[in-house]
Amino acid sequence: MDLSSINPVLLVASLMITATPLLLAALGELVVERAGVLNLGVEGMMITGAVCGFIITVETGSPWMGFLLAAVAGAVLSMLFALLTQVFLANQVASGLALTLFGLGLSALLGREYVGIKPPSTPKLDLGPLADLPIIGRAFFSHDIIVYFALAMTVAIWFFLQRTRAGLTLRAVGENHDAAHALGYKVVLIRFAAIAFGGAMAGLGGAYISLVRVPQWTEGMTAGIGWIALALVVFASWKPGRVVLGAYLFGGVGVLQLNLQAAGVSIPVEYLASAPYVVTIIALVIMSKDRSGAPASLGRPFHASS
Amino acid sequence: MKLIKSLATAALALGVASAAMAEDKTKVGFVFVGPVGDGGWTYEHNQGRLAVEAEFGDKVETVFVESVPEGADSERVMTQMALEGADLIFTTSFGYMDPTINVASKFPNVKFEHATGYKRADNVSTYSARFYEGRAVQGLIAGNITKSNIIGYIGSFPIPEVIRGINSAYIQAKKVNPDVEFKIVWAYTWFDPAKEADAAKALIEQGADVILQHTDSTAPQAAAAEAGNVYTFGQASDMAEYAPMPRVSSIIDNWAPYYIERTKAVMDGTWTSTDTWAGIGAGMVGIGEITDAVPADVKEAALALKAAIASGDVHPFTGPLNKQDGSAWLAEGEVADDGTLAGLNFYVEGITGEIPQ
Repeated sequence: MDLSSINPVLLVASLMITATPLLLAALGELVVERAGVLNLGVEGMMITGAVCGFIITVETGSPWMGFLLAAVAGAVLSMLFALLTQVFLANQVASGLALTLFGLGLSALLGREYVGIKPPSTPKLDLGPLADLPIIGRAFFSHDIIVYFALAMTVAIWFFLQRTRAGLTLRAVGENHDAAHALGYKVVLIRFAAIAFGGAMAGLGGAYISLVRVPQWTEGMTAGIGWIALALVVFASWKPGRVVLGAYLFGGVGVLQLNLQAAGVSIPVEYLASAPYVVTIIALVIMSKDRSGAPASLGRPFHASS
Repeated sequence: MKLIKSLATAALALGVASAAMAEDKTKVGFVFVGPVGDGGWTYEHNQGRLAVEAEFGDKVETVFVESVPEGADSERVMTQMALEGADLIFTTSFGYMDPTINVASKFPNVKFEHATGYKRADNVSTYSARFYEGRAVQGLIAGNITKSNIIGYIGSFPIPEVIRGINSAYIQAKKVNPDVEFKIVWAYTWFDPAKEADAAKALIEQGADVILQHTDSTAPQAAAAEAGNVYTFGQASDMAEYAPMPRVSSIIDNWAPYYIERTKAVMDGTWTSTDTWAGIGAGMVGIGEITDAVPADVKEAALALKAAIASGDVHPFTGPLNKQDGSAWLAEGEVADDGTLAGLNFYVEGITGEIPQ
């Protein structure tokens, strides 16, 4: 066993990149679920964001345009889900699954011409003297803006949900849509907005995979990250702070186990490979002992007549 | 995740079910483990499928289902294909082995061909390519061009096929560079670009400057390109879009001639259960162009080794070779027999780390 070959600074740097797509998608889904909607289409929206972001970046040469339009693409796709579930009152679980299948197929079609192309690289954010700090400069302050955007969004979403009137309204819609409706809030409209936000965040997360984490376009490249984001929201008890913890833990243990394998640590690989799932679940289950439950109206259809 | 994949495959299977049927045509089905656009393993199998269509035109109809998880889900997909009237079904991943045998026992009139496995029946053939021959050529190049003397290896699952590749590459690398060290990471997936890229990055961060992969996507190539000054090899497919750097050569699987031959056998009624294991000599394993990033003398040596393997003069597993624990395996000049190679479950001497059991 030779642990000296693992560089903790690079480990932390990789961890932040690995966790970011998961964090973005999970934060988006968190807002959707707090509004009382269960959208299982995260994987489909992510992969659509991944392919759209990639195509736009290759065509325009600008990763920022790519990220922007990936978010737009994710939001547009999510509107399909919103229309089905909020207007036509279709089953949310079935519609979400359909959205994932649709997204996977659509992205494969759109991306046909873009296999094997190298995208322009996403520039690192220039943090000036911070990036020059020994050790922590490389580990924490040498990333692109999306990494910090995801962290900033965590705080922003927490603030929005807990400290603003609009956030309170959104939560009210998620807890009891009939009461919220009786108070005069536009339940369907608020849910449309939440779903669009979730779609945009998932699209952004997908684009982060195809533009930074891998960076290339391959069919089906999200390979289940959307589903992990969905599970993460539940295990994090619908709280933004726990989502960020879970995402970093999952990303961190994932990167760590690969590094431990490469360093030849004598722990059976099966345990290492399953560690990200096990550690994240255990940590979040222990934290959720305070019994904060799911939004009461989660997944239930709403119609003003009922 | 598993449920969703099952639903996805069920939906796809339904799609297959609704496809038009023409009784006079020979119907050939393909079960793929990844998407046909993976740029690697499944891509090449699909090229083989297209070659069958091109060869027989109207006389044949092919169907395929992609991204079928290994295990019970695949049984349903195969059953669906067989019920649909497929005459011949190719199941193209190791993990389809038991499902193929199970389904084949229910459809004695349908012929099955399972890639890379070792279980056969009257209506189940197995076929595979001697990828380890290509790995030997890779190992020779890798051992020569590494400057850090650390070669990273991304394994998928600890099955004999992958272990053969690691051993074969290591033996040649060690021969040309006694200081070489292999760092092996198991990804436990055939296809997950983000994870494959993470694995490549972890290896690069730990000093590897050559990355060999036994997973199906081009993600490790992209990660290496991003890191710069790292060499890679195309896996299963040429991956030429990453040439001349980081991809300096590749192993290319060429399934087309085999698929055409077997389809023809079904048409002629001459199909029998066989076990095919062909290599560079038969053309089932190709070596992609060695780019100019490799020094000329190394390239020459690599091509010479390729020619010697093709002609049968050199066997990649030739003694003296010891097992990892130091016990003797092959005596001086002795070559490994196919039975041992087919079930290979140990590293040769010099490789560190344990094979997950």
